[in-house]
Parts: sequence; C-alpha cells; structure tokens
Amino acid sequence: MTINKETVKKISKLSRIASNDEFEVSMIKDLNSILKFVEQLNELNIKDIEPLSSVVEQKLFQREDVVNKINEKKDILKNSPEKNENYFVVPKVIE
Amino acid sequence: MTDISKITLVELVTKIKSKQISAFEATNAYVERIKKSKKLNAFITETLDEALSSAKQIDKLNTKNGLLSGAPIAVKDLFCTKNVLTTASSKILKNFIPTYESTVTSKLWDEGAILLGKLNCDEFAMGSSNETSAYGNVINPYKSSKDELVPGGSSGGCSAAVAGNLTSATVGTDTGGSIRQPASFTGIVGFKPTYGRCSRWGIVAFASSLDQAGPMTKDVADSALMLDVITGYDEKDSTSANIKKEEFLKSLNKNIKGLKVGIPKEYIVDNMPKAIQSLWEKGVQLMKDSGAIIKNVSLPHTKYALPTYYIVAPAEASSNLARYDGVRYGLRVPGKDLIEMYENTRAQGFGNEVKRRIMIGTYVLSSGYYDAYYLKAQQVRRLIKNDFDSVFNEVDTILTPTAPSSAFKIGAKTEDPISMYLNDVFTVPINLAGLPAISIPGGSDESGLPLGLQLIGKPFDEQTVLNAAYALEEKIEFKSNVNDWWF
Repeated sequence: MTINKETVKKISKLSRIASNDEFEVSMIKDLNSILKFVEQLNELNIKDIEPLSSVVEQKLFQREDVVNKINEKKDILKNSPEKNENYFVVPKVIE
Repeated sequence: MTDISKITLVELVTKIKSKQISAFEATNAYVERIKKSKKLNAFITETLDEALSSAKQIDKLNTKNGLLSGAPIAVKDLFCTKNVLTTASSKILKNFIPTYESTVTSKLWDEGAILLGKLNCDEFAMGSSNETSAYGNVINPYKSSKDELVPGGSSGGCSAAVAGNLTSATVGTDTGGSIRQPASFTGIVGFKPTYGRCSRWGIVAFASSLDQAGPMTKDVADSALMLDVITGYDEKDSTSANIKKEEFLKSLNKNIKGLKVGIPKEYIVDNMPKAIQSLWEKGVQLMKDSGAIIKNVSLPHTKYALPTYYIVAPAEASSNLARYDGVRYGLRVPGKDLIEMYENTRAQGFGNEVKRRIMIGTYVLSSGYYDAYYLKAQQVRRLIKNDFDSVFNEVDTILTPTAPSSAFKIGAKTEDPISMYLNDVFTVPINLAGLPAISIPGGSDESGLPLGLQLIGKPFDEQTVLNAAYALEEKIEFKSNVNDWWF
C-alpha cells in the first residue's frame, strides 16, 4: 500500500480539506487504486524525453498597462461571505 | 406547423432573420418545453422571463444582424455569466454571482443569442456521467426500456438539453472528453476545438492546459456556425491563439474525395461492445464510399493516455481549486481559526470526486513524489503528442469511436472511480495533444441507444474535421428518436 492513513492525513492537511475517519478510509481505498492505475507509466522508458507542460507554442506577450474599469471593488465584495466596509473579514490571524 | 424546437440552429436563425419566425416565438417554443422538462434536471438556473423579454426587445428594435440573432441558448454552468448565478455544479459556489461575463458567452450575446439558463454538469466538470453534480443527476432523453440513463459528462445538462430540444444549441467544455462523450450518449454533435481556439477567460478552471470550450449542437453545420461565433483571439487568456479567425460555416464542404483518413489499431480495446466495433467499420466504409483514402495507422502510446491524464488533470485541478477558501466568495464554514475555516469550508463545499482529485493532485505534486508522478506524466504526454504528430504526416484526419459504451444506467459506475475514468479512453489522448475533434451520431446499439463516431484533426485544422464530419453525417442519416417520454 503506497498510501496509508498517515499519508492521507498529511495530504488532506496540504489540501486544506478537513479529514475524519470515514473520509480517510475511503481515500485510502480510492487513492491506492488510482495510483496503481497510473503506475502503468513505469513500463515506459522516458529517459531524456522533454516534459510537455503545454501544447501552446506562442510566447507570452505583454499588453499596454492601462486602467480598465472592470471588476469594481464594491461589486466584488457583494460575493463575500463576510465583509466590513471595503475589506474581506476572516478569523483572527495574528495573536 | 413546424415544431420550432426541432429545427436546426442554422435554419432557426435564417427564419428569424427573414421574419418567418419572431425571436419571441422561437424563445417561447423553448421556454414551453423547458417548463415541461423539469424531470430531466438539465437546468440549474433558468432565466426564462428575462429570455422572453430580451426576445421581445429584439423583435421590437428589429436588431437582427448577428450570426445568432434571436437564437435561445442555454450554457453549461461553468461559464461565468454576469449577474446570473454560476455554480460549476458545486455547493462551494452555491451563491456565486459573477461580476463579469466569460469571453465565449459574451460572444454569443454579441451575436444576438438569448440566454435561457445555466445547464447542469459534473461538479467542476469532474465526471463522465453528470452524477457528481451537487444539483442532482441529469436524465438522458434516451431511455432503455424502463431504466433511466446518464446523459454522459461532464457536459451532461448540455447534452440532455440539446437532445431533448430544450435549447437551440449550447456551449460546453471539454478537458478529457466532456463535450464528445455526452454528445455520443445523446445522439448529438459535440466539437472540442484545438487548445487555444477559444478563450478560457471566465470559464471556471479545472485543468488549465487541457480545458477547452466548444459547441454541442443538433448537427455539424450548427457546430460550424457556433465555432464561427465563439472562436478567436483574446488577450485576456495568455494561451489563446493569436491567429486569423476563420469562416467555418461558409467553408463547409462535403467533398472529401482523396481525404486521407487514419484508423488507429490501438483504439481496438478489450471488451469493446460489438455494436461499437461494427459502427466503426461502417464509418470506415462510408468514408471510403465518399472517396476518402483509408490508412491503418499506429498511435503506440494510446494506452498510457488515461494514466497520464489522471496525473496531469488532478495536479492542475488541485492548484486551480486552491482559490475556493471561503474568503472572497462562495460557501464559508466557520472554524476556530483561519486554517480550520479553510478546511471546514472545503470539506463541506466539495463533493467526493472533487476531493479525490484534489487529494491525488496534491499527492503527485508533493515533495518527494513530483518527479515520480507529475514530471513523468508530462514526459509521457510528450510521447502521446509525438504519436499524433507523426501520424498527421501521413493522414488528414483520424476516425475512431467516441466512447467505449452507450449511455449506462444511473449508479452503474459510481462505486469504482477507475471504471468511470475508462469512459474517456478514446477522448483523453486528444486533450493531451491539444487537437480538435468532433463526435457525431454514428448509429444505435441493439437497445436503440445512440453511439458516436469521433474525427480528430491537426492543430487548428477544424475545417477538415468539420468537412469530414459533414460528409459522414450525410451518409449516416442518423435520426433522433427522442419521444418526449418525460412530458
């Protein structure tokens, strides 16, 4: 088993997903079966093959640095679960 | 009188422009059907009243110069629509009202189309049956005896809505087959354009190097028209291709004499139903009859496409979905501190399949595993693309089945994630290579359920794919036998 309970706990921490026993049991099963499936790739000799991260061949471009009046603060804040004046409110971060 | 909801998009727009049908009549025809079709659960949000008043406005002002003037269109709920709820079928976005419009949908409205509503899909487009949606299953308008079937996924609301005549056409998104597989399951046409053809701006991101928007329509000409509207360079998407816009509908041509068509032997998979094998053979024969030259080709790394995809796509997803943290929009579940608030929000906001993919993605990107999984997958992705590059030196297009089965029963594949993933065995390689591909209805299986054929093209050669599909469509003469059983 590549993935045990400890690993699931660690990944769920990294993923910022709260974990519990039931979640861990189902993840151990599913993640191991998915990893077993993807490990087929080990059959291949991939030495010296350049990784392909995107099929796009064009270079990134720069655009003019001009101000556009889109996405105004007051509109964006309307979607916030909790706000105060012009700010998003979150639980206290600094003691 | 003709049933407005059953005519093609091209025909509908022509009739609206020539005033044989008013925009209001067209919209009302769809609105009436949508009201009677709740059972299919294709819509998450309906904007029917707004649609009817927009239609009246179009008739009154007589503004009918657009390519889609007066065409009522619902879109996948993955496209951000200004001031209209956009959920990505997730609980975590249950109250998200975008302040902007996606580039693709704004092109629809600029050409005179009218929004009917937002269509159900798998949560964050992760699924092949529409069963991962937080808003319930979508029911396929095709039914086998007494069983209700899935409409495919992730664009399952889209496929059901087109097949059930609840929209004149739609736009979906395709990361591993999410336009083509549901098109195959519902007897409609679905087109995934070349990566970079359509702007991804304003589309809820799943796997950014694979995601691409595309049309789902009643026939091939309708897809060409939709492509004319939604393609084009957009400086807001850095991967959008800066190339000349084409006129696909105008250039549509069913003469495929001398067209070289590749048949890849690796697409003959174990346990492929006989109906699909014979459908494929029929497709080959029909193309031959049309004067095409058939060549056997080899794409040797095909069997590694799915394992590659199930590393690359979750890795990109885990990164893209990091933004859902309960701070700026969407669901927030309180916790004793900031981290616990994130964890609670994401635990309650995401469904199981999304969590699985975030977890896998986080694992393959984590320290110590990156080279063994993620980097390796990217190397294999290169081999898969190289396979296509070399085959396309010999042929103009490749013909395969779209999916390894017809629509299956609701719940049939939810227990085992891998069995669900295998649905995309014929479609995933195309996303990894960034190519254009279409699914068209090729025929039916022994239960009368539709089966699709897929045509794949060279990068940015959508026209050849459309032309080949147009020729094949004429020979196949597929007829929808959806009979409104849910009314």
